[in-house]
Amino acid sequence: MTVGVLAVQGAFAEMEAYWRAQGAETFEIRQRHDLDRTMDLLALPGGESTVQGKLVKDLGLFNPLTELIDGGVRVFATCAGLILLAGKIEDAGARDGTRPEMWFGALPVAVRRNAYGRQLGSFMTVGAFDGKSRVPMTFIRAPSITAILSPEVEVLSEFNGHPTSVRWRNITAFTWHPELSNCRVAACAVVDSPRTKTALQRTKQDQSLAGSG
Amino acid sequence: MDNRQELNRNLAQMLKGGVIMDVTTPEQAKIAETAGACAVMALERIPADIRAAGGVSRMSDPAMIKGIQSAVSIPVMAKCRIGHIAEARILEAIEIDYIDESEVLSPADDVRHIDKNKFNVPFVCGARDLGEALRRIGEGATMIRTKGEPGTGDVVQAVRHMRKMQSEIRHIVSLREDELYEAAKELAAPLDLVKFVHENGRLPVVNFAAGGVATPADAALMMELGAEGVFVGSGIFKSGDPAKRAAAIVQAVTNWQDSKLLAKLSENLGPAMVGINADEIETIMEERGK
Repeated sequence: MTVGVLAVQGAFAEMEAYWRAQGAETFEIRQRHDLDRTMDLLALPGGESTVQGKLVKDLGLFNPLTELIDGGVRVFATCAGLILLAGKIEDAGARDGTRPEMWFGALPVAVRRNAYGRQLGSFMTVGAFDGKSRVPMTFIRAPSITAILSPEVEVLSEFNGHPTSVRWRNITAFTWHPELSNCRVAACAVVDSPRTKTALQRTKQDQSLAGSG
Repeated sequence: MDNRQELNRNLAQMLKGGVIMDVTTPEQAKIAETAGACAVMALERIPADIRAAGGVSRMSDPAMIKGIQSAVSIPVMAKCRIGHIAEARILEAIEIDYIDESEVLSPADDVRHIDKNKFNVPFVCGARDLGEALRRIGEGATMIRTKGEPGTGDVVQAVRHMRKMQSEIRHIVSLREDELYEAAKELAAPLDLVKFVHENGRLPVVNFAAGGVATPADAALMMELGAEGVFVGSGIFKSGDPAKRAAAIVQAVTNWQDSKLLAKLSENLGPAMVGINADEIETIMEERGK
């Protein structure tokens, strides 16, 4: 399985290490030509959404990434990555009255950035995720999902009554950071779907073929 | 390590690959955010002006910092004087995202730094070599930056500090385990942190470059030398076209390996900050706090 990691800003090295730990191969997406490679999964890491969103546009990545996401490639997004995907951004940050910018708009949820306040509001907790209990969750100046905009959206975890991770069609997105705690079950929530399972098996076969040669 | 320390290290991880810019007004903060800054440093005078003004330089007015906090959604940092516990407490009270215990301001304590483990708010500190970096981390800093020589627009000291730190890290990695005790003594650094460096080949926290970065090429150079992101102080708002220069430096940090793009980014930026040769200055800020 090959994972393309958006590497314009933020914790992309952590995201790559996370997917390599799950047995995947990874490559970095910094410019348009990086998208010539095929991937089984697109990972959007944590960082600052305003910076990532601007760079995605400035570096000519916006249209090809939108095509990929809308085309159905598996997407795994955390924190800033979720904000880039959100269909609606309700923001306390827009104090000057300007509407916050929206990016891919591919995921039918509304989010609020910095919903738990500044860094002093960052926290760790342990909670239920996708049927598993006691999963550690790290929230760093995290957004919250304030509304679900389609009945097809599946809520995978909650905190204080708000969804903190969701799955919808090809997208799994988190307000917290499974990659920081090497949370395997989060990867499984994406990988265990039939389509990515096939891709994983394909990589394993390639590897065993290479090994026997 | 308690949760707070880990959360604070995590925030620095989210800033990686980014540019943190010095700003003095909400308008500048907006320009920086729009240009792609991953955080801003709120201060009343940028280092170049601190140099020009002389006298004692202190923490900025909290009202001014709050104005910047409400203007942008990205993290806001602010500086306190080295060893000034009360200034740090004040910055924590206004919920600053990161405190820079900084040699740019006049030190309040000429021997000790703040015990940063006693705070919930994160701290970034300057360092010129590995020993200094590990001492600050031992005191609770969750992010390190090179000191460079602030307010000069001369990158030579940042290069010197980054190269020194990286070569000392490589040296620690090469040692036998039973040689680490003596190495810790020589570095005057906590043994457990020296062991971490030996095992992982890096600092236990994120390491940015700072001090004298003025052009996209300067930023790319620092990334090449192992920085995980850059602080740009006087370099942006002392230049001819701050918005354009800021955006160019942001892209240079992301694509520091692409020299064709760097060439394009370096075109028509207008005059860079004039700068002062680091050898010609009288106040050596990097000497403050060791």
